Amino acid sequence: MSNAGPRDLYQDVILRHSRTPRHAGTPERYAATAKGDNPMCGDRVQVFLSYSADGRIIDPRFDARGCAISIASADLMAEAVDGLAPDEARQVFEGFQIMARTGACPDGNARTELLRPLAGVHEYPGRVKCATLPWHALMAALAGERQATSE
Amino acid sequence: MNHLAPAALDVARIRQDFPILSQTVRGKPLVFLDSAASAQKPRAVIDAMVTAMETQYANIHRGLHWMSERTTEAYEATRDDAARLLNAADRAEIVFVRNSTEAINLVAHSYGRGVLRPGQAVLISAMEHHSNIVPWHMLRDAHGIELRIAPISDAGELDLDAFERLLEDGKVGLVSITQMSNVLGTYTPAERIVRIAHAYGAKVLFDGSQAIVHRRIDVQALDCDFYVFTGHKLYGPTGIGVLWARRELLEQMPPFLGGGDMISSVSYERSTWAAVPHKFEAGTPAILEGIALGAAIRYVEALGYDAIAAHEQALTEHALARLSVIEGLTIIGRAQDRGGVVSFTLNGAHAHDIATLLDRSGIAVRAGHHCAEPLMRRLGIDSTARASFAAYTLPSEIDALADALLRVREFFG
Repeated sequence: MSNAGPRDLYQDVILRHSRTPRHAGTPERYAATAKGDNPMCGDRVQVFLSYSADGRIIDPRFDARGCAISIASADLMAEAVDGLAPDEARQVFEGFQIMARTGACPDGNARTELLRPLAGVHEYPGRVKCATLPWHALMAALAGERQATSE
Repeated sequence: MNHLAPAALDVARIRQDFPILSQTVRGKPLVFLDSAASAQKPRAVIDAMVTAMETQYANIHRGLHWMSERTTEAYEATRDDAARLLNAADRAEIVFVRNSTEAINLVAHSYGRGVLRPGQAVLISAMEHHSNIVPWHMLRDAHGIELRIAPISDAGELDLDAFERLLEDGKVGLVSITQMSNVLGTYTPAERIVRIAHAYGAKVLFDGSQAIVHRRIDVQALDCDFYVFTGHKLYGPTGIGVLWARRELLEQMPPFLGGGDMISSVSYERSTWAAVPHKFEAGTPAILEGIALGAAIRYVEALGYDAIAAHEQALTEHALARLSVIEGLTIIGRAQDRGGVVSFTLNGAHAHDIATLLDRSGIAVRAGHHCAEPLMRRLGIDSTARASFAAYTLPSEIDALADALLRVREFFG
């Protein structure tokens, strides 16, 4: 913590999103929802989706209990996929998975770029699941399932 | 802070026995406070495994040659070590298994289905590890056994009155309970548990995975019926553990796994079982690990349980004193009789984040639900960070933890 500093993982933007997430909370109305559980650590997240008339994700919300990484990731995810078609959101997730594993942002996708503050998680193999848990819940909700299957 | 270390245990010298403790992590000296998950290994254990592989190794219990006979002797000597460690009346009461989990599964399967009858109950506590919950769920679903849970207080102590009430109808055939909680550090009142359970005709199994690391166990004095522990928490290798049970119970119980080494004779039509303990030891066992477990037991005995227990007590008191003054930190579990496992939460910081930040300082703790989800729910929390101590733990390492936690609190504050 002292010399190297924990900021490679806990950038200010991560801390901000985890302390005061902008997209947290259960909406009154939603079209789809799915839960993600990490049975290894007890983290839980539920994602709520609404769709526009042309099938785009609108104002996604989440309810999470977990660490700073999982909550910040859920909040950044909500920002990244807002307004996207489901297939576009899936593409962003593919890019994010590579980023979480390698630290590099694979494509020029501006939405994936929004997730770059989480790239430091690749240095912490035990924490990658914290960052991807909300995404698995999102993928399940997009598929019309209620529960994310574990990785 | 050295005055807190009991004179009886020369921790500086003990640390020289553990090669890994001289490693650095992220450029800092390793502060290993995760021994309750698995302890580090002394040179004696490492050497026992290497020496066996280099000089004296073959399959056991079957070869009519020198190497096999010597290896069998070394492996079987650990059975004597384990019998002595537990003060078992008979070395044949020591059954080698992979770990505590397998030992409890063996009892659940063999005693549970072979001796307990549908309609009877098994009683556990609200602070069990999953390994002492899930096998009983499986037995309940397969065999019609009721599972009862003895409640605990908010401080993390067994409610003995409620425990007794759950036994009163005489349906409980077996109490299976931890002797020391891996989350709360609570020691359960083992002697009283046995006395009460026996009064209602129930047998008692103790999960000694944590307790045996810190306290001398005498199964005859305890008067319990089953005792299980795992080698890797007792400074031994992974893959080897012990089930102790009274001989008459083992005789009563059908085998768990079938195969080589556990039979008396086999024809295409039927098999007859070997005598205990071999009836329960199918297949080639963890030979090297078994041999090295003997070295671990002898190492612990040489340190001496009085000194080990005093050291653990001093470390625990030191940790509680240092941690409880940290603002926003809550110690989970405040039992009167508790040992060197200290769980805590910190306002504004999730256990994972605490563990990651501590790791940056070279400090290893466990974070999560500690394989005790029902207990977490009972306590109304999702996870804790947990520091746990061993014979090689220094008071200064607890100071390092406390100092680092102050920085964690600042970081997330």
